[in-house]
Amino acid sequence: MTTTTAVRPTPPRPGPPSKRPTGSRAKAWATRAPLLPALVFLIVVTQLPFVATLVISFFDWNSLKPDQRHFTGFANYGSVFTDPALRESVLTTVLLTATVVIASVVLGLAFALLLDRTFFGRGFVRTLLITPFLIVPVSAALLWKHALYNPEYGLFNGVLTWFGNLFGIESIAQPEWTSEMPLMAVAAALVWQWTPFMMLILLAGLQSRPAEMMEAARLDGAGPWQMFRFLTLPHLRRYLELGVLLGSVYIVQNFDAVFTITAGGLGTANLPYTVYETFYRAHEYGLASAVGVVVVIGTVIIATFALRVVSSLFREEASRA
Amino acid sequence: MSASTAAPNRTRATAKAPAPTAGARRRTTFVGLAAWAVGIVFCLPALWMVLTSFHSEADAATNPPSLAASLTFDGYRTFFGGDGGPTPWPPLVNSLTASLFSTLLVLLLALPAAYALSIRRVRKWTDVMFFFLSTKMLPVVAGLLPIYLFARNTGLLDNIWLLVLLYTSMNLPIAVWMMQSFLADVPVSIIEAAQVDGAKLPTVLGRVVAPVAAPGIAATALICFIFSWNELLFARVLTGVVAGTAPVHLTTFVTSQGLFLAQLCAASVVVSLPVLIAGYAAQDKLVQGLSLGAVK
Repeated sequence: MTTTTAVRPTPPRPGPPSKRPTGSRAKAWATRAPLLPALVFLIVVTQLPFVATLVISFFDWNSLKPDQRHFTGFANYGSVFTDPALRESVLTTVLLTATVVIASVVLGLAFALLLDRTFFGRGFVRTLLITPFLIVPVSAALLWKHALYNPEYGLFNGVLTWFGNLFGIESIAQPEWTSEMPLMAVAAALVWQWTPFMMLILLAGLQSRPAEMMEAARLDGAGPWQMFRFLTLPHLRRYLELGVLLGSVYIVQNFDAVFTITAGGLGTANLPYTVYETFYRAHEYGLASAVGVVVVIGTVIIATFALRVVSSLFREEASRA
Repeated sequence: MSASTAAPNRTRATAKAPAPTAGARRRTTFVGLAAWAVGIVFCLPALWMVLTSFHSEADAATNPPSLAASLTFDGYRTFFGGDGGPTPWPPLVNSLTASLFSTLLVLLLALPAAYALSIRRVRKWTDVMFFFLSTKMLPVVAGLLPIYLFARNTGLLDNIWLLVLLYTSMNLPIAVWMMQSFLADVPVSIIEAAQVDGAKLPTVLGRVVAPVAAPGIAATALICFIFSWNELLFARVLTGVVAGTAPVHLTTFVTSQGLFLAQLCAASVVVSLPVLIAGYAAQDKLVQGLSLGAVK
């Protein structure tokens, strides 16, 4: 990271296409041509299906009764917001995303501050802290469900028993993690997976602090807390925003953990899981599409903020070049 | 990895304290110990997974956990079909196929696009950049049903090549963003020199741009590979017995045979291994990829 941040060469950019009349059109197409395959591919594979989803969302369409398919206007959307189960999945999505993002940002910041210091074996500790992020998400979810949360032989209850034995308690409480606190169980597994991501972003932020400024503040007699509060935190602001917003965009869409740990049971069905469930199991194509569109609207709201943040970082980048 | 992170800190440390006081040294020791403790506790579930994968099923299912249990490769042997069960090779090969080919396709599409966005800049290039980004913000579930219907009606259900196309679209925006920032570092003069010599675009990209931007392109490829390898939702809905990928195999694995914890942990370790290797290799670039090139 640092090597790229160091000194960026400033290659002379070709200015905006000149307004020369001869061949300027051909030239513009020559510039554009390399871009087109990627652009066309993305439009066909991502935008067209979404348009189809939008159309289907206005139909009453159950694939088990294909001959009864008909246009219903906004009825599916009505169901999304009145059906208690669907309304709950909207709430679950918001709650899960907020919990995971906030917890992983706070933990990630703590870890980043720790790793910003020099100590023996920092590279190794960094590797340890990144590992959860590099385990295949399904594996991680299965690991939490079976090896950690399992009430009979999971690690958590095992450690409780071990502690109990240590203090001579014969039968210590053995919670059924996934059924007693299902949403927390899913959230904890996700926090574990996403904290390294936040840590890496914030670490990049910490290491881009101008050293001279920190030094000057220290010489002026600023304590560690003052330096953190008045220099580091303001500097980290954009990195924090970026982490929160990108984290939200990724976690709103989470399917793996919900599907694996609780299979959407006990009030943990978030919107992506609900879409999957509604069309794959219940065969309600129209309704599933409406839920899908609601997910998109929610994501667009978050993404608009995300884009603004990314765009401010990006403008800086563009002005640097 | 540690070298690149250590660099700015070392300069800071040397500037601040040429001769550390006893208090400062004690503080450093304390920070080190705390960091080690935090690292080990946080990584414990993963370490536990690795340890359990080397236990016998009986030792894996004890409460309290048996730390002194003898180690065995039984979990791995069974996972690879050693007891006459199904082998994981078809799903692993499917995952490899989907990940490798989609990564290749992404690079083929993203390199020219990034060229147009960074070196020979098209007009309104920031708008185009944001269009690419916006497709990434579109949740997967938004297009899942039409894609499923399309696949069912064209007989593409349970076909690995459909996944290749979908994974390509999933990774293309990230790749374009990352690569445009890498290509911006390629000196324009050498491209112009090649063009004066009469090189056409494919030659320029393949012979001049790609070699110079090779480390960035490699990092982009690793990230695309990781995302494709990890993907579950598309694979779960669109594949079945023939084209099922490794993550899908993991989910069915538990239900079809009951739960064998050591075997499950072995399977998880095996399936995660390619990502762990690729991830450690590309960890700095990983943030950049995930944050869509915004953090450099």
